[in-house]
Amino acid sequence: MRAALLSMRMLSREWRSGELGVLLLALTIAVASLTGVAFLASRISAAVAMQATHVLAADIRLESPQPIDAADLVAARRAGLRTARAASLLSVVFEGDRGQLADIDAVTAGYPLRGEVTVADRPFAKGRPAPGIPPPGEVWPDSRLLATIGAHVGSRLSIGAAEFRVGRVLISRPDAGGTFRGLVPNLLMNAVDLPRTALIQPGSRVTYAALFAGAPGRVAAFKHWLAAHARPAERLRDISSTTPQIKSAVDRAGRFLSLASLAAVLLCATAVAMSARRYVERHLDTVALLKTLGATRRFTAWLATLQLLAVALLATVVGSALGYLTQAWLVYALRGVLASRVPPPASLAPAGMGCLAAVALLTGFALPPLLQLSRVPAIRVLRRDIGPPRPLMLLAFGPAAAVVALLIYWVVPDWRLFLGFAAGLAAFIALLTLTGALLVMAAGRLRAHTGVAWRYGIARLSRRKADSIVQIIAFGTGIMALLLLGILRNDLNGDWRRSLPADLPNYFFVNIPPQKRDAFVAYLHARGAKTSRMMLLMRGRLTGIDGRPVAQMRFADHRGEQFANREQNLTWSATIGAGNRVVAGRWWSPADYGQPLVSISTEFEKWLGLRIGDRLTFDIAGETLTVRVASIRKVKWDSFRPNFFIVFAPGPLDKVAGTYLTSAYLAPGPAESLAELARRFPSVSIFDIDDLLADVRSMLDKAVLAVQSVFVFTLIAGLTVLLAAVQSSRDERRYESAILRTLGASRRTVLKGVLAEFAAIGVLAGLIAAAGASVAAYFLTTRVLDLPYAFSPWACVTGLVGGGLVVAASGWLATRAVVRQPPLATLRADI
Amino acid sequence: MPKTSAQAPAARSSVLKAEHLTKQVESPEGLLTIVHDVSLEIASGESIAVVGPSGAGKSTLLALLAGLDLPSAGRVLLEGRDLTRLDEDGRALVRAQRVGFVFQSFHLIPSLTALENVMLPLELAGHARAHEAALETLRQVGLKERGRHYPRQLSGGEQQRVALARAFVTRPAVLFADEPTGNLDATTGAKIGQLLFEMNACSHTTLVLVTHDRDLAARCERIVHMDAGQLR
Repeated sequence: MRAALLSMRMLSREWRSGELGVLLLALTIAVASLTGVAFLASRISAAVAMQATHVLAADIRLESPQPIDAADLVAARRAGLRTARAASLLSVVFEGDRGQLADIDAVTAGYPLRGEVTVADRPFAKGRPAPGIPPPGEVWPDSRLLATIGAHVGSRLSIGAAEFRVGRVLISRPDAGGTFRGLVPNLLMNAVDLPRTALIQPGSRVTYAALFAGAPGRVAAFKHWLAAHARPAERLRDISSTTPQIKSAVDRAGRFLSLASLAAVLLCATAVAMSARRYVERHLDTVALLKTLGATRRFTAWLATLQLLAVALLATVVGSALGYLTQAWLVYALRGVLASRVPPPASLAPAGMGCLAAVALLTGFALPPLLQLSRVPAIRVLRRDIGPPRPLMLLAFGPAAAVVALLIYWVVPDWRLFLGFAAGLAAFIALLTLTGALLVMAAGRLRAHTGVAWRYGIARLSRRKADSIVQIIAFGTGIMALLLLGILRNDLNGDWRRSLPADLPNYFFVNIPPQKRDAFVAYLHARGAKTSRMMLLMRGRLTGIDGRPVAQMRFADHRGEQFANREQNLTWSATIGAGNRVVAGRWWSPADYGQPLVSISTEFEKWLGLRIGDRLTFDIAGETLTVRVASIRKVKWDSFRPNFFIVFAPGPLDKVAGTYLTSAYLAPGPAESLAELARRFPSVSIFDIDDLLADVRSMLDKAVLAVQSVFVFTLIAGLTVLLAAVQSSRDERRYESAILRTLGASRRTVLKGVLAEFAAIGVLAGLIAAAGASVAAYFLTTRVLDLPYAFSPWACVTGLVGGGLVVAASGWLATRAVVRQPPLATLRADI
Repeated sequence: MPKTSAQAPAARSSVLKAEHLTKQVESPEGLLTIVHDVSLEIASGESIAVVGPSGAGKSTLLALLAGLDLPSAGRVLLEGRDLTRLDEDGRALVRAQRVGFVFQSFHLIPSLTALENVMLPLELAGHARAHEAALETLRQVGLKERGRHYPRQLSGGEQQRVALARAFVTRPAVLFADEPTGNLDATTGAKIGQLLFEMNACSHTTLVLVTHDRDLAARCERIVHMDAGQLR
């Protein structure tokens, strides 16, 4: 109690005198950066999940070739979920005697549970939200269907045994976009009309779906129940099967934000350690005096601990509030991009996390020196040269290393990456220490050959060896973190911009018959469209791996099961497409053409547990084909170009019939030209991804903004390190400056000495930091962010020049006031 | 005229006794003996000045007598308790209850006010009415109105008066003063010396004074001379 009262009294006074300012600032920034990013990440992932559910028109979707058991729907409603049903089948739709095969979707009231259906009065016009579902007796065909059969709103269409009026034109529905799910035109109708069509007969190929949506907790519980009760043919789909482009970009943005916040926290940790060091140095006399007056070691240790706890509490409250406000501002900037609404933070867990981080940082970086402070002997009141005994290395650095390791693992929860990251950081600090020691040694030899100002500056470097090395480590780590994040940020933004150029294909054309391929391309080119390469598309099923039937195999990953049990899109290609990179094996040369070889994507490799050399057997249109895995590709799915999990070598698929697909950029123009295209090439499916692209572009713009904002935290953290480093030597500088000036040195000479010292430290730290940042950027871009690496010479120049200038300028600014102080006042105060 | 013996006046009981104290420290030149075989007995209520040239070992002797440091050989008995057999915390407890200090450089805690500095030893000893007692002692040194001031807002003389108040507020059995006037000008130093002896007389405290100031030493009942680590 006595310790608590006394520590609070001393704390309040120290707070007013600015003693704890840097410590508190560093901790607050660490907490704000961590909580802000954690709040933001949880909200964005919730929003992305919500957007992804729009692709399913539900939170979860149960699909089956058999009607879904009504009991499932009843159970869902009992569990508090909303439900809807859909049945999908292929049938020819007629207007008079003109018919076209179409995908008929019969839906019940409530559809879609997530996302929206848009309709218009004319084909290929801009859609507006639909008021519910088609009323009985009315259907909503899509633009392509209407264009193909020459119908319009008000026409009467025959579907099976029934006749319907065209009420509206279906422009979009949530569960049709983004993927190549349907290759034929679409028509939406009310489920109550389905029996009248008499389309469903024994043997009909119908896909039945039950749609569920509700509160996340309830959905998760129901999904668990549903998975346990699913019948063999039923397939459960949820947000894990979502639009890969957005997911990949958001994942990378998330990883960058985490790295940025980790960098900010590590910088703050450096600042905390330096402030704690200064705090200890300034309190050696106080603790010695307290002991002289009768305080025990435990009491003084308590005093320090309580003060730290109070600082941690204050930093947590202020930092969490700051973090919350920052993410609230970011979400405001992101509004309307990810989803119609960004869900509020699910819990205050990020604030709790911030608190834990503050306590962890203090425990790791400030507590060991403070506990060491309690070991100052009382005799120091008479002999100021006596300090606390040297601590064991393990006690001095162990807690800090443990806290850093925990923080890194928190951000990079992958053992391999974690070990790489931690080893890299340790190696970097070791290099800084070694180089720092060498510089200090070299400086000692140089001093005899320099002028008085430089000698004074350099002399300080070599005399306070440990201090100089610590400062080089602090500045070096700080500059490296800033340079590294700068490089990564540029790579990330550049990659996003490169992946979304203005003339990126905005239409996909699928199902182009081989005999009409050239005419189709000519038609597009005549209208000024830029087409990407034509790729053959055929459907096939994987039936065996290394001679074993896949039907009898079990896969560790449930996605492996799904892959093995469904038809795949297959193609062949002589060249590896843009956005594809071989990570194992090799891409075929002309000598390999005709060989039974296949290249698979890393997802296929992972989910099915495949390796180079494995033999895969496919059933393609009744023909059996066995091929060997020749290469494994990492595919950049967010490149917005046709990509395939499975690509064959040229040759083996020559005899197999297939259709072509391509993508093209079509400048905005009259809807009629697309209608004409649909009429001239009725079998071709047109996918308009303009809206999707606009969404992704807008989202990436905002992600860039989010990345910049978090980078600001890192910058402030870097400045805090500077402040802490400069402040830590302020007292000694004041005294030395007073002595020098008493001996006749001008203020200018003293300041020149300070500049010399800091510039030497800054240039050296900047040089090592630039090298470290380049190496780290290589690993992080290629291993964590999946980006191509390009060496950045500006990092070296910025490190060297920026390091020297910024460190020298901050040293000069911070010591200017010290040098200005009249020497007598300083010497009197110190006597 | 003060006596110059190492023995306490026979009529009074001994409060502090040093027996064959030796203090050696490691130095780049080898083992250095700072205090060599010093025996000294101080009576209750007595005032004793330790004088001698710089580097004679006076401050080290004072630190050993006060239990701030441990001797390499010998022992120190404070009110019969052997300080050399106590651990650091045990010695701290003895200091909290029985010992007061005044230093050359005042050693006030800069983050506490004058009043809080005086309250500090009382609070450490668990005193219930620390505030009132501290205020009263500040009044005795003439600084009752400056209680809310921080050390840097006080002159050197005022800071030393606060230090005197802090030393006497616990009514210690023994007061150790290390060059209490060393940082002050002659006039202020004389005033502080005057105050020190007045307060010492009022509280019947045993005073152990290390000083270069001949006038101050002359006010003590006994003076011992120290040179090269030994009492002469």
